[in-house]
Amino acid sequence: MSLASFLKSRLVPAELDEHINRIRKPIGTLGYDPWGYNNEAMKYGLSITRQIYEKYFRVEAHGVENVPAEGPVLIIGNHSGQLPIDGLLVGYALATRKENARIPRAMIERFFPTVPWLGNLLNEVGAVLGDPVNCAKMLANDEAVIVFPEGVRGSGKLYQDRYQLKRFGNGFMHLAMKYKAPIVPVGVVGCEETIPAIANIKPLAKALGIPYAPIALPVVLPAKVHLNFGAPMYFDDLEIPEEQVTERVETVKAEISRLIDKGLSERKRLF
Amino acid sequence: MTEQEQRRPHILITGAAGALAQQVIKQLRDTCDLVAVDFREQVYLGDDIPSYCIDFNKRVFEDLFRRYRFDGVIHMGRIMSSQLTRMRRYNANVLGTQKLLDLSHKYGIQRVVVLSTFHVYGAVAYNPALIDEAAPLKSAGLSADLVDSVELENLANIYLWRYPELNITILRPCNIVGPGVRNTISTLLASSRAPVLAGFSPMMQFIHIDDMADAIVLAYKKPTRGVYNVAPQDWVAYQHALKLCGCTRIPVPSIPPVLPKFILGTLKLRSFPSYLMAFFKYPVVIDGRAFAREFGFTPKRPLKEIFRFYRENKRPV
Repeated sequence: MSLASFLKSRLVPAELDEHINRIRKPIGTLGYDPWGYNNEAMKYGLSITRQIYEKYFRVEAHGVENVPAEGPVLIIGNHSGQLPIDGLLVGYALATRKENARIPRAMIERFFPTVPWLGNLLNEVGAVLGDPVNCAKMLANDEAVIVFPEGVRGSGKLYQDRYQLKRFGNGFMHLAMKYKAPIVPVGVVGCEETIPAIANIKPLAKALGIPYAPIALPVVLPAKVHLNFGAPMYFDDLEIPEEQVTERVETVKAEISRLIDKGLSERKRLF
Repeated sequence: MTEQEQRRPHILITGAAGALAQQVIKQLRDTCDLVAVDFREQVYLGDDIPSYCIDFNKRVFEDLFRRYRFDGVIHMGRIMSSQLTRMRRYNANVLGTQKLLDLSHKYGIQRVVVLSTFHVYGAVAYNPALIDEAAPLKSAGLSADLVDSVELENLANIYLWRYPELNITILRPCNIVGPGVRNTISTLLASSRAPVLAGFSPMMQFIHIDDMADAIVLAYKKPTRGVYNVAPQDWVAYQHALKLCGCTRIPVPSIPPVLPKFILGTLKLRSFPSYLMAFFKYPVVIDGRAFAREFGFTPKRPLKEIFRFYRENKRPV
């Protein structure tokens, strides 16, 4: 037995291996897709995430069945917590749901592809450079795509601003309309408390070429995370002025805000 | 029967010393009258195919057009970035191609296929995947060594619109690999040790030389003008490809970015030149579906077969 297959037998439970194999993906003969997703890497990724999801953050997910079983779909959520843990947890919830599991793709910050090892690793488990062309091509491929329209404005915000939604970009709405993709809003509660930051050292971030440099404890706190998926929202593809597109974005934002409030009221304590 | 009806198509093939051109010649020689030229050497292709070692910029080149009355041109004679100096490459690739296209126009050629490369898109961190033909050609801004490839394309594009009767088709293939191919990537896959940039394993696409020859022949036979990517619908990460080819990977430190540039610039490896470094760092994944649809092209050799060849032939002739 080679080292790789030994490790796999220890790390990846057989039922998870089968579960991933059952999900149909548009991949080539060596298990890769054009964005670098790799089926084998995904199995390791999900096995490790399982521990993080179930044991560390003890995630409670509601309404994950709201994500349609097939066809293009955008999963839009609030971004928080310095690291993209929220994307990981939302992705895991959908990839392991009992019926009609899907392996979603997450659009990530433009800075990641320049980071050795991490960039490739993220690509292998389905994360993709956050470029509108990528998102469009994936929706055309009938993929489920996770987007955080706040981007670094959301993930880099300080603890004092927790659960305040920052400005949403309009790009996701244009794509949803063009590809007739329903939008499933998701409210993430708990990730704000994982890495509470008290300040952002902007000159340091600039010098290092990273989006932000938070002052925070060098640990990820085990806050309990609540995910609330809302009902799918449908938008027509009429040619409308940007103002009306912004209005549509605001309705999605309001729905996410409602889902966050729901999560906050469900939450008994922080940890 | 008139002479016109009996006449087989006369085709000028450039870059005849290359393995790809020879595959194309093999496929066309039974039905067409071919004339082969190459700037590097005179290759013997049998008694039925006249072969010349010639510089397109020399006046005698025109004599070939006068003598053979070509119907079509398949231009594969692009000098790769690893060959010659920048200046000589510019003269051959850009000015030489211009001469070729001018003569093609002067002598009423009705079909021109130009072989370009996916390198023209340029490797940058922000490249989306499945780049289509309308994407900007960023390569010229990234490396002076790839300027001639982009210029060659621009030139072909100008002639494509200015002289529609030339029926120019430009093909931008992904990495061409397989027996006899002497380009950078093929040399790397064939070697027993290959450098990689530590922590970077971009997605790549490979097309077998025989499939590429099929694509060129298909393109030649259907006079649809335009620019097309040529790539199979299959992808693999660079380091995984090396593993499947039985190469030992030698990591080159990758950060800060000046470090690998300095190392490769000092070592001057032919198979891992510093100006192609970005292609081993960031993916340039092209979308070949438009070509497949338009010309009815399906690649027949899977990646596994390609890599098996390299694994079993670690010391190529």
